[in-house]
Amino acid sequence: MTWSETQPLLSQACWDTLYMVGWSTLIAVVGGLPLGILLVLTDRGGLLQNVFANRVIGQIVNVARSMPFIILMVALMTFTRWITGTTIGREAAIVPLAIGAIPFFARLVETAVREVDGGLVEAVQSMGGNTWTVVRKVLVPESLPSLISSTTTTIVALIGYSAMAGTVGAGGLGDIAIRYGYQRFETELMWITVAILAVVISVIQFAGDYAARSLHRRGGRFGAAPRLRLLKPEEPPTADVGKVA
Amino acid sequence: MTFPSVPGHTHAHVLDSDGNPVITTSGLTKIYGADRSRGREVTALDGVDLHVREGEVYGVIGQSGAGKSSLIRCVNLLERPTAGTVTVAGQDLTALAGRGPRAGKELRQARSRIGMVFQHFNLLSSRTVQDNVELPLEILGRSGKERSRKAFELLDLVGLADKAKAYPAQLSGGQKQRVGIARALAGDPKVLLSDEATSALDPETTRSVLQLLRDLNRQLGLTVLLITHEMDVVKSICDSAALMEQGRIVESGTVSELLATPGSELASALFPVGGEATDADRTVVDVTFQGEAATQPVISQLSRTYNIDISILGAAIDTVGGLQVGRMRIELPGRYEDNVVPIGFLREQGLRIDVLGQEPVLLKEGARP
Repeated sequence: MTWSETQPLLSQACWDTLYMVGWSTLIAVVGGLPLGILLVLTDRGGLLQNVFANRVIGQIVNVARSMPFIILMVALMTFTRWITGTTIGREAAIVPLAIGAIPFFARLVETAVREVDGGLVEAVQSMGGNTWTVVRKVLVPESLPSLISSTTTTIVALIGYSAMAGTVGAGGLGDIAIRYGYQRFETELMWITVAILAVVISVIQFAGDYAARSLHRRGGRFGAAPRLRLLKPEEPPTADVGKVA
Repeated sequence: MTFPSVPGHTHAHVLDSDGNPVITTSGLTKIYGADRSRGREVTALDGVDLHVREGEVYGVIGQSGAGKSSLIRCVNLLERPTAGTVTVAGQDLTALAGRGPRAGKELRQARSRIGMVFQHFNLLSSRTVQDNVELPLEILGRSGKERSRKAFELLDLVGLADKAKAYPAQLSGGQKQRVGIARALAGDPKVLLSDEATSALDPETTRSVLQLLRDLNRQLGLTVLLITHEMDVVKSICDSAALMEQGRIVESGTVSELLATPGSELASALFPVGGEATDADRTVVDVTFQGEAATQPVISQLSRTYNIDISILGAAIDTVGGLQVGRMRIELPGRYEDNVVPIGFLREQGLRIDVLGQEPVLLKEGARP
C-alpha cells in the first residue's frame, strides 16, 4: 500500500480511537467518581457507614473489573443495542468501554480518597459542615492530584481496551494493526500504528503527570505526609501522636 | 469544703468561683465498641463532670490514653457520648444530636459556633491560607466580599496578614497553627476547643502560640478549653485545670484553688520543688505561698515562736497561670509527731502545707464542691 492509501486510513483510525476513548473516559469519570467516593463513605467508620451497601457496591465493582473486556463486550450487546440502537460501530463500542472503565476508575478513586487525612474531615465537621460539604471541600480537592493520575491511568487502559473494539467494527488504531498489519501481512503499517499508539500514550501520560505534579507542588505534600511531617527537625516528634482509642 | 483564704493577690484576671458556666458536661461517658456485639470495650470517659466558666482558659491535662481527646471531641459531639450530657452556652448539644450517626442541622449550627484547633493543624493543602480561613464562612453561607474581609481581619489578628496567598506547605508549624486559630475564630465563636494545639511545635513556637491564645482570651473574652499532656501549657496560660486519669477527672479547680489544696497532684506537678531529708529523724514540709502571703516573714516567726532550727532544702518563686507563687521545702528537727504544733501554726497562716511521707488531709477529689 502506498502512503496516499494508508494516510486517510490511519487518520480515520486515530480519530476513531480518540473518539471512543474520549467519550468512554468522560462517562467513566462521571460514573466512577461518585461510586469511588461512595465506597469510602459507606465503609466501616465512614461518614455514611452502611456495611451492606458497601459490600454490594464492592462486589459489583469486583465482578465487573475481573470480567475480560472482550467477553463484557459480547455480554452487553443487548444493553448496547438498547442504548445506541446498534451493536456495531464506534458508538456501540463506547458502551462496553465505559461500563468496563467505571469500576476500574471507581477503585482508583477509592484509593485516592482514602489517602486524604481524616483530620481534615474532622476539621470541616467541627465547623458545622455536612457530608456533602466534606466531599466537595475536602475529599475531592485534597485528592485532586491523585484523581488526575487515576484518570490518566484509565485513559491509557481504555486505549488498550479499544484495540478490541475492532471486533464490533468500531475501527481504531488497534483494529488497523490487526486487520492490515497481522491479517494482510502489512508489517510496516503495523509498526506505524504501534508507533502512533506509543506517541499518543506518551503524550497523555506526560500531560497527566504534569497536571498532577503542578497541583502537588502548589499544595505540597499529600497522603501520609501529615504523619511524616512530624519527623522534620524543627518539629520534634511527640509522645502523644496517636489519638486516644 | 472550704479553702484557706488567699490574701488578695494582684492577678488581674481572677475568676469568681460561681462564674457563668459556658461548657458543662455531666456524667459524660464514652465506651468504644459498646455498639458491637464482639470485640473488647474500651471506656475512654467514665462519668466526667466538667464546668468551664465564661472567659477562662481551662486546661485538661493527662497522659496519652487518659481520655482527653475523647473528652474534647465529645464537647462538640464529633464523638457521640455513650451517656451523659454536654451543654455549651446554655444549649444542650446531646439533645440536638438526634439518633443516627450523622449530625443534624441544629447540631451543625451549634458546632459552627464552637471553634476548634488541632494538633496537626488540619489545614487544607489545596487551599491558600486565606481560603482556609474562609472555609468556615463558606459553610455558613457568607458572601465572598464578607468572607475575604473577615479573613484579612483574622489573619491580621494572628500576625499573618502577609501570608494570605501562601499555601500551608510554605508555612512553618507555628504559622500553620496561627492559621488554624484564625480559621477557628472565623465564625465568631464564644468557645474555642484546643486539641493539643502546641504538641507538635518546638518550645519557642509553643510559647508564642500560647501567648496568642492568652491574648485572644483577654481581648475577645473567648473561653478556651484546651487539652494537653504538657504541664508547661497549664502553667503558662490556664486559669483553671483538671487532671485526667483513666477517663476520670481526679482533680479540678482554679489554679489558686489547686495550689491551696493540700495533697494536690496537679499543684505539685505545676510547681515542683526539690530537696531530700538529711536524716530519718526529721520532718520535711512543703510550704506554698500565694500572692501577699509570700511577703509575710512566716519562717522567721516560726523559728522564733517555737525556738526551732529550720533548714531550707529548696525554694523557688514562679508565675503559674498569672499568679505569683512561692514554694519552699523546709526541714524541721524531729519526727512529724514532734512538729504537729509548728505545722499547725503554718497552716493558720493560710499557707498550703504538705508534709512529706504523711497522708494529705484531703484525699484526691475535686477541689470544687
